[in-house]
Amino acid sequence: MIPLSWYLVFAAALFCIGLFGVLARKNAIAILMGIELMLNAVNINLVAFWFYRAPEAIAGQAFAVMVFAVAAAEVAVGLALIISIYRRRNTVIADNVDMLKF
Amino acid sequence: MTPLQIIFLITAVVTLGSALMVVTTRNLVHAALWLIVTLFGVAVYYVLLNAGFLAVAQVVIYIGAIAILVIFAVMMTRRLVGESGPQVNKIWWLAALLAVVLFASMVAVLSTWSGFTTPAPVPVEDPLVMLGQALVDPQGYLLPFELASVLLLAALVGAIMIAWDRKDVGGE
Repeated sequence: MIPLSWYLVFAAALFCIGLFGVLARKNAIAILMGIELMLNAVNINLVAFWFYRAPEAIAGQAFAVMVFAVAAAEVAVGLALIISIYRRRNTVIADNVDMLKF
Repeated sequence: MTPLQIIFLITAVVTLGSALMVVTTRNLVHAALWLIVTLFGVAVYYVLLNAGFLAVAQVVIYIGAIAILVIFAVMMTRRLVGESGPQVNKIWWLAALLAVVLFASMVAVLSTWSGFTTPAPVPVEDPLVMLGQALVDPQGYLLPFELASVLLLAALVGAIMIAWDRKDVGGE
């Protein structure tokens, strides 16, 4: 059977790929996609810990449902912000939107 | 190698490969399509982990709503993005180094934990019923569940307000 370690290593790899996307990509929409990958890795960890360590308590799955809702809210607001920035400043490159930077 | 392990490994290769394509491919529409493949792979893991509801919700919410929303956003902002020029910033090598170091240290720390190789337990009967009852039980997760719905409603109203094209008020 599959031990817990396989899921943990897989989720760690997926999280790190998402982290690379967030840090390295220029396009703001691509950064949001990286965040989605990281949230999915977190969700796999939550469900894996629930399945292997505490299957009688449903907390892991309930928390994963909350993460789903928060991810949907995050993507809706994030994409609305990107579209708004695109309308006003005609760019979706994160480096070009640095008015708050010294 | 049991059949389950083979399924796990194949899904891992497909999911991680498509995740790499998401963060490296130049064409953003292709990146969004690779993202859908990755999300499907994660849904397979939910099935393997006896979380059928989450697998369905993954397909409906992530692939049906979020991925399509991302594709729409890519199409709406496409004119300038194009496929010209590099899609990664100047310090991408630092980001790659950080990701690799983080992965190595996470695996190193986790492998010292005594529960790292917990064998698979006997799956509980019908976790869907447990989840449904927990989400509407005042002793369980009723309050967080309602808070999540309010958060989602507020976020969607806010998203409409932010993306509203107010030609007459400010703007260009």
